[in-house]
Amino acid sequence: MKQLTVISGKGGTGKTSITAAFASLAGNAVLADCDVDAADLHLILKPDVKKTMGFHGLNIAHIDKDRCIDCKKCYESCKFDAIDKEINLIKESCEGCGVCEYICPVDAITMKERDSGFAYISETRFGPMSHAMLKTAEEASGKLVTVVRNNAKTLAEEQGKDLIIIDGPPGIGCPVISAITGVDLVLVVTEPTLSAIHDLERILGVANHFGIPSVVCINKYDINVDNTEKIEQYCKSNGIEVVGKLPYDTVVTDAMIREKSVIEYSDSDVANKIIDMWNEIQGRLHI
Amino acid sequence: MIISVASGKGGTGKTTIATNLALSLEKAQLIDCDVEEPNANIFLNAKINEREDISVSIPEIDKTKCNFCGKCSDFCAYNALAVVPSDVLVFPELCHSCGGCELVCPLDAVGWHERIVGRIEHGVADGLDFYHGLLNIGEIQAIPVIKALKRKVDGDKNVILDAPPGTSCPVIETVGSSDYCILVTEPTPFGLHDLKLAVDVVRHLHIPFGVIINRDGVGDKKVELYCQNEKIPILMKIPHSEKIAHLYSKGIPFVNELPDWRSRFQNLFSRIQSEVKA
Repeated sequence: MKQLTVISGKGGTGKTSITAAFASLAGNAVLADCDVDAADLHLILKPDVKKTMGFHGLNIAHIDKDRCIDCKKCYESCKFDAIDKEINLIKESCEGCGVCEYICPVDAITMKERDSGFAYISETRFGPMSHAMLKTAEEASGKLVTVVRNNAKTLAEEQGKDLIIIDGPPGIGCPVISAITGVDLVLVVTEPTLSAIHDLERILGVANHFGIPSVVCINKYDINVDNTEKIEQYCKSNGIEVVGKLPYDTVVTDAMIREKSVIEYSDSDVANKIIDMWNEIQGRLHI
Repeated sequence: MIISVASGKGGTGKTTIATNLALSLEKAQLIDCDVEEPNANIFLNAKINEREDISVSIPEIDKTKCNFCGKCSDFCAYNALAVVPSDVLVFPELCHSCGGCELVCPLDAVGWHERIVGRIEHGVADGLDFYHGLLNIGEIQAIPVIKALKRKVDGDKNVILDAPPGTSCPVIETVGSSDYCILVTEPTPFGLHDLKLAVDVVRHLHIPFGVIINRDGVGDKKVELYCQNEKIPILMKIPHSEKIAHLYSKGIPFVNELPDWRSRFQNLFSRIQSEVKA
């Protein structure tokens, strides 16, 4: 079984539209939305949820004020400033380490499981899908990404699917690293803007750091052809293949508004270019 | 006054708003807190004149004292320590530096060393006091770098914080304790969906907020309808314009080329100021 993750250092470059297009082309794939912070793939794929599982991220401290003797040891020991001087817990700051529980001389603090979100197994018109929702202001998105990927793997094994297509989160930190470790190929979607080029260099650095082969897609390549050329030069000198150049086209937004993938919605130039890119990627993955 | 600029989703124009707003104000400070992908300086070209490494404390086990009892690894909520019969393995990337292992060690075998995870940089551009942070490639935890940036907030200035995308830890760390939050969105289904998540975050944190619609005209009217229904003020609409997109692609702040936008951003700031004071 092969795994492909679509990422982009920067958000909003078209990752999810491209992932949805691949989903409609793949045929025998499991789809996984690993942008657990701001998952959007379901807006196009309209998953029919078959199974919902609670997700517990880190634990959270619970302070029993009746027992507390106001010694302030917890306040002094918390490295995350998650307990204030009046010994109130600041939920958003608690990282669940358990130091306060350990140090409390009167057992006024206990660590409790924290409901951080949900993981879902669904059916879509293009095949099974693994996705999740992190509750507002919750931590541990990297851990939830791992849950989504494990669920996708189980689905693929159970249903004899030979590919997992992963819609990745933006950035270069914890959730992205969880979304790309151990995959067979990373597709980095970028745009010909100076900020996207900067982000591209950083995200390719991350993929390289973890030894994962990467290819690049330049979306909206025609909004600034000089910058497109810069990206192509950069990729060439670093031995990275540009597998697709997609023109700017309003059909991408129109398709999104109609809850369809670009492939389903139109046979425009951009749709055909995505098909060509998909064929390239299949070759790279030997599927 | 501290104004943060956030959006559930990336790529909606946070950095565009943050830089153009900051450049339109007197006595301003801009802090780019998107330490995973800091972009503001592409538009500002501030000459960096100060750099500071940001490090975290990682346990160092004194193996002459350690008897491999395993209490440290049992305690560690992050699996950053593993004890095998005659060794203790430390996984620095997983460590949150909570200090628990040192507390529970019965033999005082846990010491600390500093590990660099990123850096913050300071510069000035057109009179604007500027900071950004850079998380090192391959590092997981953005929070220590964001915390270091937030210590640079100058309360006497008009502070603009450019937040990372998403709704989890790095965003909360950035947006928390700001006086007002601008949420930037696009008029598309993805934009609306992610805006709702961002609204949840700022409501959860009890921070007053308003919305700026970027690339107005590309999609549909659902974002506006949502804001009307939820009584969320729409502070500004920036049209989908080829000129603005092209300036963006070249890293040029559009207030520099389209000066009437400077006064619009100043008005926006005054409006926020009066709302915060009210």
